Amino acid sequence: MKKRSYALFLVLLLAMSTFLAACGGGGKENGDGENGSGKSDNILNLTETQDIPSMDSVLATDAVSFNTLNSTMEGLYRMGENDEAVDGIAEGEPEVSGDGKTWTFKLRDAKWSNGDPVTANDFVFAWRKALTPDTAAEYAYIMYDLKNAKAVNEGKMKPEELGVKAIDDKTLEVQLENAVPYFKELVTFGTFLPQNEKFVTEQGKKFGLEADTTLYNGPFTLAEWKHEDKFVMKKNPEYWDAEAVKLEQIDTKIVKDTQTDVNLFESGDVDQIKLSSEFVDKYKENEGFFTVKESSVFFLRLNQESNEILKNVDARKAIAKGFDKKGITDVLLNNGSVEANFFVPEEFAKGPDGKDFREASGEYLKTDIKEAQKHWKAAKKGLGQDKITLELLNYDDDLARKTGEFIKEQLETNLDGLTVNIKQQPFKQKLDLETKMNYEMSLAGWGADYLDPMTYLDMYVTGGAHNQQGFSNAEYDKLIQDAKTTLLLEPEKRWEALVKAEKILLEDEAAIAPIYQRSRAYLKNPRLEGVLFHKVGADQSYKWAEFK
Amino acid sequence: MANFILKRLVYMFITLLIIATITFFLMKLLPGSPLTNQEKLSPAQQQLILDKYGLNDPLPVQYVNYMTNLFKGDLGLSFQYDNRPVTKMIGERIGPSAYLGFQAVLFGTIVGIVLGILAALKQNSVMDYAATTIAVLGISIPSFVFAGLLQYYLAVKYPIFPVAAWEGFEYTVLPTIALSVFVIATVARYMRSELLEVLSSDYIMLARAKGVSSAAIMVKHALRNALIPIITLLGPLAVNIMTGSLVIERIFGIPGIGEQFVRSIMTNDFTVIMGITLFYSVLFIFIVFIVDILYGVIDPRIRLSGGKK
Repeated sequence: MKKRSYALFLVLLLAMSTFLAACGGGGKENGDGENGSGKSDNILNLTETQDIPSMDSVLATDAVSFNTLNSTMEGLYRMGENDEAVDGIAEGEPEVSGDGKTWTFKLRDAKWSNGDPVTANDFVFAWRKALTPDTAAEYAYIMYDLKNAKAVNEGKMKPEELGVKAIDDKTLEVQLENAVPYFKELVTFGTFLPQNEKFVTEQGKKFGLEADTTLYNGPFTLAEWKHEDKFVMKKNPEYWDAEAVKLEQIDTKIVKDTQTDVNLFESGDVDQIKLSSEFVDKYKENEGFFTVKESSVFFLRLNQESNEILKNVDARKAIAKGFDKKGITDVLLNNGSVEANFFVPEEFAKGPDGKDFREASGEYLKTDIKEAQKHWKAAKKGLGQDKITLELLNYDDDLARKTGEFIKEQLETNLDGLTVNIKQQPFKQKLDLETKMNYEMSLAGWGADYLDPMTYLDMYVTGGAHNQQGFSNAEYDKLIQDAKTTLLLEPEKRWEALVKAEKILLEDEAAIAPIYQRSRAYLKNPRLEGVLFHKVGADQSYKWAEFK
Repeated sequence: MANFILKRLVYMFITLLIIATITFFLMKLLPGSPLTNQEKLSPAQQQLILDKYGLNDPLPVQYVNYMTNLFKGDLGLSFQYDNRPVTKMIGERIGPSAYLGFQAVLFGTIVGIVLGILAALKQNSVMDYAATTIAVLGISIPSFVFAGLLQYYLAVKYPIFPVAAWEGFEYTVLPTIALSVFVIATVARYMRSELLEVLSSDYIMLARAKGVSSAAIMVKHALRNALIPIITLLGPLAVNIMTGSLVIERIFGIPGIGEQFVRSIMTNDFTVIMGITLFYSVLFIFIVFIVDILYGVIDPRIRLSGGKK
């Protein structure tokens, strides 16, 4: 008898699960039915770790937004190979006035995805919008080289007084505060993209929130955008340089987990992924493995404002030279990152002679335990202390934790009588403590906003907003000030000033202790070629990507 | 009954008000601002932007503003997803979480009940030990381990199911199994112990003595009584799972709400923190309410209004 009741429940279970299967199947099938799986020749499958935060170019602040904008929009110029600005909506070289402060751009015939022509006014509209205080654009400051930009952004002038003007539909005239030599590269940054005034006004609050409430003028258009799930870009037939675009479609899935990312690559669903350090050894020999150097430099901030020990230059030098940087890059990071004996990164900015900034400058604060110990002895003598305790503020992610522990262990071993206490904090809290200069040492990183050493070096002028460690050196301030003003039209002298400033910052003062320049490891489908990687703005360009 | 429901609704409203208030002030204690480009902005630029969003107003003013908008049904705009309405964000993300959660709870409950019954009926048999072992494993193995194993063996090594994404039923199979393991384990354990207790009670003995068939005893008397605690359990369990399992959603690339909640806290996305907290609270309070009503329906011994009036 009992057996019958089991049977009853089993039947019930079976019935329920069939019912379940039936409801699950309906209504969820993907409409287009074409499953790329990375096998189709013209569909590129990618992943991103989060949904696109913004398709409004003036509001974008993050890598996913800038990458998507880079694929779907076109500014005056765009970043090409080796981070050189190549033709975009502007045709040929800009015309620059003798004082370097007036730049005139000739625009080509190009169209928005709704058929409207791209005009000079589209740039004027977008740039004014970015600087209007009401927009609250977090990257507005990148435009501060434009005449009156800062005053407009602070609400002290009207947006109409901004130094940008449409002479006619096809001519854009820009006035600058200073003759910045890198302005052509600067306008490849996402915040400088144009926006169609009529369309933006029509969409109002909805602009940039959905695929169909955004307008495109780039190599691809955003055809489908399922929030937090995936987005699909299709080749834009209206694009002025459509001939150069080989891919028909780019599908990007939102995948937050690195192991899942690797599994998707293994199963052939995705053509290119970022590899985190723990996966590098497993895939190092893979045909599609490669590393890309980025502009981010990681270093220890040494707070000289309030900490008596770090006010001592010998103590700072001892710390900067007293740990094994190679151990961090080769063992912990293991992804092509290089030890930093500099603050301005390698393969980043080229001087007037076309050579890398690092060739003109030297190596500073190299790991040298003996030297470090000598400085340490001098420091202890000068301070009259034998036991010294310092706190190391750190991020709370896994990699930073390991790096911090490694540095602590090294410094405590190499510098006699030193104790390092690590204080890990969530990102926002760490920033807060740094802003308030309420820390002793801090593991920090800085990435470039534009292709010039200035994006790093002007951080450390006296009272600079990002100085945040009380560093002050009159000669340094003078060099930076000159490089920003009087030397702008003398590129060679300016370059020398920048080289000298970095030398003061590191070799003379050891204001910071550089650790490493970050690289990232990637894994790609070996047939995929032509993806470009950039050091500023959007990380990647897919305009020229193709399957061989 | 109507009286009871009305009273409960008033309490629910007050509970929500208290939750909203406490969350609001606790959240404001988070260090830092919701700016996404904070590390690059100078303090002066930060102030400009915070002014624009009214985040420099005194806290009571901000609180009153927020509550006023809340009563109008406006949860505000996200910071992290520039200017996207929070209501829309929750709407877009709750679907997959709820669908998956529903499927996992349904599947898990059915399997759990069956396992529990089998274990109880054949107490101390191989069947019982097997069911108990499954239950213990299900509770103690972390879901990310289980999900990782499922994904590796059933999607990468033997590609029976897709690795990750959200495109159709086959994409929901692995995450559903992974999510339901905990439900199966919990339900099976409760079911077994409840059923054992009920089966040894006097009224079952009486029924047997009267010659009622075993099947009838099971269905009419034993099961009905043993299921009551399971219903209590199911309410909170369903909310937990439907509101999104962070880990499972990450591993299987589900566009759900779980990760969003955590990310909003990490980035100080105030409006989203408030929005999702309130949404979770409403869901939880509502389900507890439904469960209370269901009690009365299932178990006549429980009177809702508390005595005769």
